[in-house]
Amino acid sequence: MKKLFQSEWISRLVEALNPVFAALAALAVGAVTLLLLKINPIEAYRALWDGAFGSTNAFAETLVKATPLLLVGLGICISFRGDVINIGGEGQMIVGAILATWVGLTFTDWPGWVVITLSMLAGFLGGAIWGGIPGYLKAYFNVNEILSTVMMNAIAVQLMNFLLRGPMIDPSQAELASKIPQTARLLDIFRLPRLAPTRLHLGALIAVVLAILVYILLWRTTLGYRIRAVGQNPHASRYAGINVKRYVVLALLLSGAFSGLAGATQVFGVNYRMITDGSASGFTGSAGFNGIVAALFGQLHPIWSIPASVLFGALLVGANKMQRVVQVPSALVTALNGLVVVFVVSSEFWRRRRQRRRLAAAGADEERLQPAESSA
Amino acid sequence: MISDLLSVTVLIGILASGIRLATPYLYAAIGETFGQRSGVLNLGVEGQMLLGAFAAFYVALTTGNLWLGVLAAMIVGALMGLAMAFVTVNLHAQQGISGIGFYLFGLGLSDLLFQKMLGRVETVKGFPKIYAPLLSDIPGIGEIFFSQNVLVYMAFALVPIGWFVLNKTTLGLKIRAVGENPDAADSLGVSVARVRYFTVILGGTLSGVAGASLSIALLNVFQQNMTSGLGFIAVALVYFGAWRPWGVLGGALLFSMINSLQLWIQVLGIPVPSDIAVMMPYVLTILVLVATVSRVRAPSALTKPFEREE
Repeated sequence: MKKLFQSEWISRLVEALNPVFAALAALAVGAVTLLLLKINPIEAYRALWDGAFGSTNAFAETLVKATPLLLVGLGICISFRGDVINIGGEGQMIVGAILATWVGLTFTDWPGWVVITLSMLAGFLGGAIWGGIPGYLKAYFNVNEILSTVMMNAIAVQLMNFLLRGPMIDPSQAELASKIPQTARLLDIFRLPRLAPTRLHLGALIAVVLAILVYILLWRTTLGYRIRAVGQNPHASRYAGINVKRYVVLALLLSGAFSGLAGATQVFGVNYRMITDGSASGFTGSAGFNGIVAALFGQLHPIWSIPASVLFGALLVGANKMQRVVQVPSALVTALNGLVVVFVVSSEFWRRRRQRRRLAAAGADEERLQPAESSA
Repeated sequence: MISDLLSVTVLIGILASGIRLATPYLYAAIGETFGQRSGVLNLGVEGQMLLGAFAAFYVALTTGNLWLGVLAAMIVGALMGLAMAFVTVNLHAQQGISGIGFYLFGLGLSDLLFQKMLGRVETVKGFPKIYAPLLSDIPGIGEIFFSQNVLVYMAFALVPIGWFVLNKTTLGLKIRAVGENPDAADSLGVSVARVRYFTVILGGTLSGVAGASLSIALLNVFQQNMTSGLGFIAVALVYFGAWRPWGVLGGALLFSMINSLQLWIQVLGIPVPSDIAVMMPYVLTILVLVATVSRVRAPSALTKPFEREE
């Protein structure tokens, strides 16, 4: 009995460490790639570590980068638990940011904290709309949400480019010949307060608090229970009287809302204006995709997504230093993130197999018990 | 200026570039059709295209041989397909998410290799136009259909070939059986795994060629993220075309024609904000998905890993 307990404990530990193995495997592949490009991987990874954790400022930057990853990742926890694949984080961030920026630039004579609160809510709303549309199309028209969210990303980018070149352009830029596509700067009183004498802002704290709230939502409320039930077995949920379509829409809508909030915090906490280079990643820094990576790495658990986001924030910040010091393009980190995703979803295989074995073992135990019981 | 759009020369120009722009969609979407008919959704098409585009461009630039470039793109695409097949067939990984992983991998790696091996945007002399004898002299029609480069002709040839293989051959029957009812196919002695490996590797190979068609036949440059969402649209076209090669052709043409129109609108300086014009194909894709998908049934086993019941 004791032995059984031990092996159970070990297999649980291995399960929990699955993402770590995935990350190590990705780093190993990265090292081989670097060697092939005749770059010393140890030097490259040391620069990466230094860039992410080498000083207070570096660590603060890591947390600044981790903030949108965590917010997007929280949304991903909700939608993926509901078996809805939201690839639209980029677009949802952009639309959330647009709406929040509009609030910040419109109500300039209102008190700072009121406008900040309203802007964050506007970001939440913008993302909810941009996620809700594909959710509605999936639930009621059977449109694959992966495809529609990717399309919504492309639409959001063009919407941003259009608005920042036209209706929302910085009035001072509109007069100049350069016409840089950016909005006016937010008033100083509308900035999210800084948490330390670094660029770390209140958004990081908001994200951590929300992580706890999302945990409560998913495991302590009826809404969360139903989203997960629909994700695990839509047919059984329908028999249990759950309106499956409604929870599909809600899962994507909520997921989008968190991405929208991520977009809003980028404007109010980091850049203080929206500016575009024409691409989505120019504004989002690909947080809409990397948030998925972080959430998967955190095993779609809101609390575990916190350290996961810090890790991937560190990779992103470290990549910049790596590019400066050993001239390794930061694109390496994008490729490694992709590998982490592949490895994490692949390692599910061993988890499922262990689970099956455990069930089979339990079944065998029962069989052995049964005749004994009947003879007694 | 609106009347400019209606002149015959412009109309011919729009149609000719529309045919040309359909090329990458056709390669990628026909390949993806095979994968999906056998039950595997490969969302990594975009990443396969990017790596294929880089491989083709680099090899063509360094060796001066365009066909070697195409071959390199095919090999790279096939390797990506092999990895995707292993992960989804053997490890039963969630197909949508692993596809996104392969997309990010291809996006990052092609960018990394571009910066380390080329360092700057260069151009290569791509495949020349081939004027079909006699046919290319027909006014209008000749310029639209018979004055294209070889990769364009091959892309269009792929449609009837794909249709024939899927519907008229034993191989096609096996592919469809594995996608509709893998248990039944398995009990009849068809190896589900082998069929899926074949279709996913084929899809990767064709996605590689799709990338090559961009970098050494249509645009003749390589840049970071040069596909900019094209691979995802190709996946959408498979749904649009109801998993049939001819339907995919219709979708690819509709899409490329609208894209071509949008480009000409900008060239002619018609006062439509270019951002809104660029947005239109994506809006259209969503609308078309709404209109078609709810009426057509996907292959039953799509995205479902196969496990023999014991």
